Order: sequence, then structure tokens, then C-alpha cells
Amino acid sequence: MGRWFHRRGWSDIIIGAPYVWLLVFFLIPFLIVVAMSFATRTSTAPPFGYGGENPLFNLAGYARLFTDALYIRAFVTSLINAAVAMVLCLAVGYPMALGLTRVEKGWRNILLMLVILPFWTSFLLRVYAWMGLMGANSWFNRLISGAWNWLVPQAWAVTSVPLMHTNFAVVLVMVYTYLPFMILPLYANLERLDPTLDEAAMDLGSRPFAVFRDVTLPQSIPGIIAGGMLVFIPAAGELVIPTLVGDSSSPMIGRVISDEFASARDWPMASSVAVALLILMVGPMMVYSHFEARAQTKEKSE
Amino acid sequence: MKRRSPFLFTMLGFGFAFFYIPILSMIVYSFNASRLATVWGGFSTKWYGSLMSNGQVGKALWLSLEIAVISSTCATIFGTMAGIALARFTKFRGRTLFSGLVTAPLIMPEVITGISSLIFFILMAQYVGWPAARGFTTVTLAHITFSMVFVTTIVQSRMLSADRAIEEAAMDLGSRPWQVMKDITLPVISPAILSGWLLAFTISMDDVVITNFTTGPGTTTLPILIWSKVKLGVTPDINALATLIVLAVGVCVLAAGVAMNRAEIKRERDRRMAYRANE
Repeated sequence: MGRWFHRRGWSDIIIGAPYVWLLVFFLIPFLIVVAMSFATRTSTAPPFGYGGENPLFNLAGYARLFTDALYIRAFVTSLINAAVAMVLCLAVGYPMALGLTRVEKGWRNILLMLVILPFWTSFLLRVYAWMGLMGANSWFNRLISGAWNWLVPQAWAVTSVPLMHTNFAVVLVMVYTYLPFMILPLYANLERLDPTLDEAAMDLGSRPFAVFRDVTLPQSIPGIIAGGMLVFIPAAGELVIPTLVGDSSSPMIGRVISDEFASARDWPMASSVAVALLILMVGPMMVYSHFEARAQTKEKSE
Repeated sequence: MKRRSPFLFTMLGFGFAFFYIPILSMIVYSFNASRLATVWGGFSTKWYGSLMSNGQVGKALWLSLEIAVISSTCATIFGTMAGIALARFTKFRGRTLFSGLVTAPLIMPEVITGISSLIFFILMAQYVGWPAARGFTTVTLAHITFSMVFVTTIVQSRMLSADRAIEEAAMDLGSRPWQVMKDITLPVISPAILSGWLLAFTISMDDVVITNFTTGPGTTTLPILIWSKVKLGVTPDINALATLIVLAVGVCVLAAGVAMNRAEIKRERDRRMAYRANE
């Protein structure tokens, strides 16, 4: 089989063209960033020095990651925001995915389409839609501040709930924009489960919740992990959401990288932060690819 | 047997309300007469009028379309090649690195892809002289790079599930590799190539972060234009623009979905008829 493709350099073109493209436009830029993280900031243009009078391996950037509170706080904020968004996505997405498997076939396709539809509409505009809802004068804000005032004693009454420019807003909008990433892999997982197992457990006298806990939930762990990582990984490095609705006094890591690069013009520091973010993401990525690979081999064996 | 659970159905209702209320609210407020974007001041379509007379938006939309068509077409060519390579050539030198290069852009945070491309282009301009300035070329190059891997993923999974026996039969009958490719492989994976192109096109049309890093003065795509305005707050004319975009995308996706659903039903019916004819 391979022999035929290999004739006349046919395979060389098919492999070579995308390979060279990715080497030049993805790998080399990435290696430059890694090298840049060891460079020294200078006042030249471009603003970095490497070798010569500067040390070949300047670890100052990495040292600052552990000493400067700004970076530590940014990493902690990012990880917490991403983790909370992931858990909330699971809390909302799991019942939705399970609910989707219980809807009749005709309706199910329509509802799945409605889950996917926001995917195709602009990410930026979905964030923007929430900016309109969270503003101090918006109907949504008046609705929840009204509910708050009705529930609590007069002394705690507020004119509006501060939603914009808080970490809560970041988490809320992240849940909103990343929820489909949670629902779709979970749905794919839950849909494949064998319904006769549920029935068997029911026939043996389990209550619905016990069936869920003992039968459905353990089988859906690969889906939970896939969805969770698909939310956590992009959320931790998010730039658009924290810039638009986040608290600028406790920025997330994506914003720190961008500010360090654009405003402070400190390329080496921005690169160090970027490399550190990637190193932090390696763990979740490996978990994800491990479970993906296992799911694929399982699918093949079936 | 399907059990109906009131809890699950409530959650579905809640979830869809969560998905669509912000968008509906944005659409409603695009017809707001008041200049204050979040306070209702009566019905008006004046923001649509001012949008139409604003040449900036049209220019940005046109630029976005140009970049998206060029980049998604190139991304589809490279991405399809990579997908075929990974699915059909199980052994070649550097395959591990290649498959790593194909997955890495999918999970790389956009900020990092953005700054690495920017540093790369600045250094290229400094030491190689090409691309001389940041703008159309650099944005297109960056878009091709990060959208081709999405095409690869789609094409690769289609290739893996396709029946290789047909290709082998064609080869045994004496077809040359490029003939097999042209007559068998490409037609078989053409739906995957089409969805890959659509995905690459949407990603390019939608991208803010990487474009923001790789663009230069004078090259303002539609998302960059919206981004620069949205950073300053909510305005009624952006509500109007957002409404038009959301409706346009919604109609296209729904039409595509309905068409695909129909094709699926037809395929299913054809298959059943074929079986019956065989009996």
C-alpha cells in the first residue's frame, strides 16, 4: 500500500508541504519564545539582548515568577477561575447532556443544533452580550438587585449589584462561552452507554438516583474528563474575557502576558510567563490526551 | 425505554435560557432609541441606519472576508495533506514530531500563539525583510497556521473511518497514486474537506487574539473593529452590528443543519432501498 503512494515523490509532497509550513510558522516562533524567555531586556530595538555582554541563560524572568506577587497572584487567579468555571460547566452541562439523551430523536437533533449554534456565532459577541446584561443599569442587574433587596434586611439594600469587572463576571462568562465544550463530549459519551444496564439496575430495585450514581456516573468519567479539560485548558489562558469583564487589579495570566508584551515592552518577561503557563498546562493536557487515546482504542475494539 | 426526569428537563430549559437570553436581550436592545445602551427608551431602527452609513464597518467586513477566504482555502489544502499523511503513512521520519505539531496549535493558549507569531514576524522583518510590515500578509499567514490543524483533525478522522479496500483495489488495477487520490480518496473525504473549510473560515472570521497580535496599522478586520469599540463599553450601534452578525450566522448554520439532516435521511433511505433490492 505504502509503496504506491511513495512512488514519484508523491508522499514527499503530501507530508512535506504541511510539515515545512508548521515548522516555519509554528515551531520556530515557539522556539523563539522559549529562547526569548532566557534573554535579557534591553533598550534596543527589538528590545532584547541575547549573548554578548548579556548572559546566555538569564533566569531573572523565571526568578521573578516566584518572587513577584503580581505573577503568583495572576497564576492563582487563573487557575481558580478556570477550575471554578470547569466545575460550574460540569454542574450545568452534565444534567443537560443527560437530558439530551432522554429526548426523542427528532427533538434531540434540534436541541443539539441549539447547543452548537453559539459555537458558530462570534465568541467576542457572546462575551459582549453579557456586558450588556451585567451593566449597573441593565434589566438583568435590576432584576437580581431587586431580588436581593427583597430577600435581605433594609440595611443591606443595594442600588445595583457590582457584576462588571469582577472575577465572578469572568467565571460567569467563561461558563457561558465554554459550556458547549462540556456538553458535547459528555453527550457523546452518555449517548453510547448501554441503556439495558440502567434497566437491569432498575429491575433489581435501584431508585433512579442510585442508578445514576452506581451505573451512569462511573461510566461517564471519560466524558467528564474530556469536557473538563476542554473547558479548563482554554479558560486558564483566556485573554478576551478578563480584558472585557475582568477585574484589572487582579488580572489573569493571559492578560499579564499581553500587557507585559505590549505595554511594558518586556519581551523576555512575557516569554517567561508564557512558558510557565504552558508548563502548568502540560499536566491537564496529558490527562486529556491519555483519556482520549483510551477512548479511541476502546472505540476501535468495539 | 426512556425515563423522563423532571429535573433533567428543567435543567435543559434552564440551560437553553442561559444560552439564549443574553443574545435575545442584545437583539432587543439594538432597537433601543436611547443612546444609553442599557436603558430602554422606545423602539427605533436608527442604529441600523447609522451602521449602514458607516463605511468603516463595510470595509472591515470585506477585509475579514478576504482574509478568511484566502486563509481557509490554504488551510484546507495544507490541513488535508497533513490529515492524509497522518492517516495513510504510518511510518516516516519525524512522524512523532509531525503529529505533535498538528495537535499543539489546538491546545496552545491563543495569547502564546499570538505573541510567538508577533515576535517571529518582527524578527523576520528585521533580519529577512519579508513580510516587510505587519498587516494583511502576516494576519493571513497566522490564520492559515492555526486553522489548518482543525482541518487536519477532521480529515484524519474521516480517513481513518473510510474503507481502504477501494483505494487498494484501484491500485491493484493499476491506477497511479495521484489518480487514486483524485478519483477515490478525495471524493470519499470531500464532506470532511468541506466541513474543514467551513470551520477554518469561521475561525478566521471570528479570531480576535491572534489577529490583534499579528495585525498592523490600517489592517482592521471586523472582529478587531468590534474589539476596539467593545473595550470602551456597550453601545447601541454595536448591538445593531452584533444582531446582524448573529442573525446572518444563525440563518447559515440552521440552513446547513437542515440540509445535512435531509441528506442524512436520504442516505439512510437509499441504503435501505439498496438492501431491499439485494434481497
